[in-house]
Amino acid sequence: MHYFLQQLINGITLGSIYGLIAIGYTMVYGIIGMINFAHGDVFMVGSFVSLITIIIFGITGTSNVFLGIGVLVLVAAISMVIAGIYGWTIERLAYRPLRGSFRLAPLITAIGVSIFLQNFVQATQGARVKPLQAIISGGFTLLSSDDFVVRITYMQILIVVLTFLLMAGFTYLISKTSLGRAQRACEQDMKMAMLLGIDVNTTISTTFVIGAALAAVAGLMYLLYYGVIDFYIGFSAGIKAFTAAVLGGVGSLPGAMLGGLVIGLIEVFFAAYFSSEYKDVAAFSMLIVVLIFMPQGLLGRPEIEKV
Amino acid sequence: MSQNDQSISKVLPILKRSVVATFIAFFLFLPTLGIKTAASGGVDGLFLQYRWPLLAIGCGLVFFGRIAYELMSSNKEGKQQKQAAPSALARALGSSKVAKAVAPLLLVFGLIFPFLPSSDRYILDLGILIITYVMLGWGLQIVVGLAGLLDLGYVAFYAVGAYSYALLSIHFGFGFWMCLPLAGLLAATWGVVLGFPVLRLRGDYLAIVTLAFGEIIRVVLLNWRSFTGGSNGLSSIPRPSFFGLPFNQEPGGFAATFGLEYSSLQRIIFLYFLILALAIFTYFVTGRLRRLPIGRAWEALREDEIACRSLGINTVNTKLSAFAIGAMFGGFAGSFFAAKQAFVSPESFNFMESATILAIVVLGGMSSQLGVVFSAIAMVGGVELLRQLQFLKVIFGADFDPSQLRLLLFGLAMVLMMLWRPRGLVSTRTPTVFLKDKKTVSAAMISQGRG
Repeated sequence: MHYFLQQLINGITLGSIYGLIAIGYTMVYGIIGMINFAHGDVFMVGSFVSLITIIIFGITGTSNVFLGIGVLVLVAAISMVIAGIYGWTIERLAYRPLRGSFRLAPLITAIGVSIFLQNFVQATQGARVKPLQAIISGGFTLLSSDDFVVRITYMQILIVVLTFLLMAGFTYLISKTSLGRAQRACEQDMKMAMLLGIDVNTTISTTFVIGAALAAVAGLMYLLYYGVIDFYIGFSAGIKAFTAAVLGGVGSLPGAMLGGLVIGLIEVFFAAYFSSEYKDVAAFSMLIVVLIFMPQGLLGRPEIEKV
Repeated sequence: MSQNDQSISKVLPILKRSVVATFIAFFLFLPTLGIKTAASGGVDGLFLQYRWPLLAIGCGLVFFGRIAYELMSSNKEGKQQKQAAPSALARALGSSKVAKAVAPLLLVFGLIFPFLPSSDRYILDLGILIITYVMLGWGLQIVVGLAGLLDLGYVAFYAVGAYSYALLSIHFGFGFWMCLPLAGLLAATWGVVLGFPVLRLRGDYLAIVTLAFGEIIRVVLLNWRSFTGGSNGLSSIPRPSFFGLPFNQEPGGFAATFGLEYSSLQRIIFLYFLILALAIFTYFVTGRLRRLPIGRAWEALREDEIACRSLGINTVNTKLSAFAIGAMFGGFAGSFFAAKQAFVSPESFNFMESATILAIVVLGGMSSQLGVVFSAIAMVGGVELLRQLQFLKVIFGADFDPSQLRLLLFGLAMVLMMLWRPRGLVSTRTPTVFLKDKKTVSAAMISQGRG
């Protein structure tokens, strides 16, 4: 029971990170109907920017949690800006010229961008893993029995709280602001939105920037949580986050979050109770099973076939 | 005076845009080129290396690159309409008459290639590699180009073929020619196994599921140690022999039987002709399949699935046959790969392989068989050329590894080729039978709201 509870906490933390990445996928897929294959690598770049910023600020494991969090917010802001610029540039250079081309074209360039980014970071930052000492350490002991202690660390609390704050913020953005209305209009009918005077290009660019910024936050959390990153983390995290987006229902923000949590929990529980080597197989099999039996996802609308 | 004004009014916006691009590039390059995290070896772990000259070079490249791009595109402005049409070369290669003339030439070149004086061991290995990719490209072309099902996990079938040969020959002592059809059959079975669950999926969903499938196969190969050897792979796979004559120095070997002097090149040449024969077989089979009703059905499926179904085409069988036949050729190529290397490990079957094969098919123009040959030569040969970039070590220092740049440039080339020619080098992705020209919806028209 204690073991289960501990895995539940770990799974929710991991799921929050996946959920944040999944939002970028789901928003982009909703608006232009393409899998932004390079999104996982933007997450990886965000993680590297965070690492560099943390070293610049020179924060190490401080005992003062509030000072640590204050600096981390600044770190998050910087990596959000730079990852946002990455997202904008990728859309502008690799996807926009191909809008209206045949359907596979942007997916192919997305794969190209993904390969490029991975190897660009590998070439400039080196192939070795980058370790980082824990910045926020410590935590509560929730339950303890003679042989097992259930702990929740401050880091895990921070990740989950920050994720839900960002989620709430962006749900508000999509449902209440004019940008959100423009996004939903483009999602429904891009041509009609254009006729009604919505600047479609700007709306799509903004979507990419927002997605990339959220991925950067996820990258920072991943860095702080695991303490090691390398240039390859974007690939598997990207696929799992996409799985989360599909599982939750593509185009739905709460769905992406829910999907992220489910994938995180599946991965952690599978690793805890069966085999950690096959945890990726569990996550990917989940994707296949969901797509077969529930193609519209948990919270998505069924897709209507148009002739 | 007025002319001067005019030229200034032309130059200023270009400069402004270039400066903006450089400004953006500065932020992009700052955390990558500009600052490097390096391990200090101490307890603290990491410190930063600032590389301002490199950052300046990067930004300068973007600045001048942008100016060059602007100047080129302003020259081209008048010819905008011409751009949309495929180039003469692409059209020529696409037309069946030229293809009929070029194909035999390529075949003859392929046949005499090993005997050219310039062909040493390295060149022959490269030739084998290119032909392997051509064969894989033709196999994947059935799935992606003809049936329009985007498969990002094609390498899984390549892996199934390779491991089938390896396991069958190690455990049962089967020879290459016995394993080849079995490997193809097993790969085709896996094609159907994958095909069944994804029948209802379309487009991008299918792409991600096939990608996930490819990863599952790789992870299983990596972790099922008792069966596949895990990350160590399977070694000492028997090499294929020439009708029972092994390529060695023994009296019963190939060289001794034919009274030739023994040379290790003989085995390579044999492997070269083996893969050439397999590729030619693939060429003819896929070429004929296109003209059969099943080939027409694949094409129809690619163009419009709903129309297909309403015309009474069994989409289930059509899709499954595309997956199975595509996978079968992947399996053939895989068992050749295992036979050539005498060693297989999961490392050889990662996502990059799938991406490479897909890039070859797409750049080849999706459904042009000749296009695949040219794009395979361009991609594999081009990447191989990059391996020769040793002179860059002089610029970037001795610890610089050009092979990292190889994949980087590969990704860049994939993007640029796609932007430059989204329909591939040889654009024949029109249905072979059609009533009237399709409406072209170009990106330019969409942005003007006329799509």
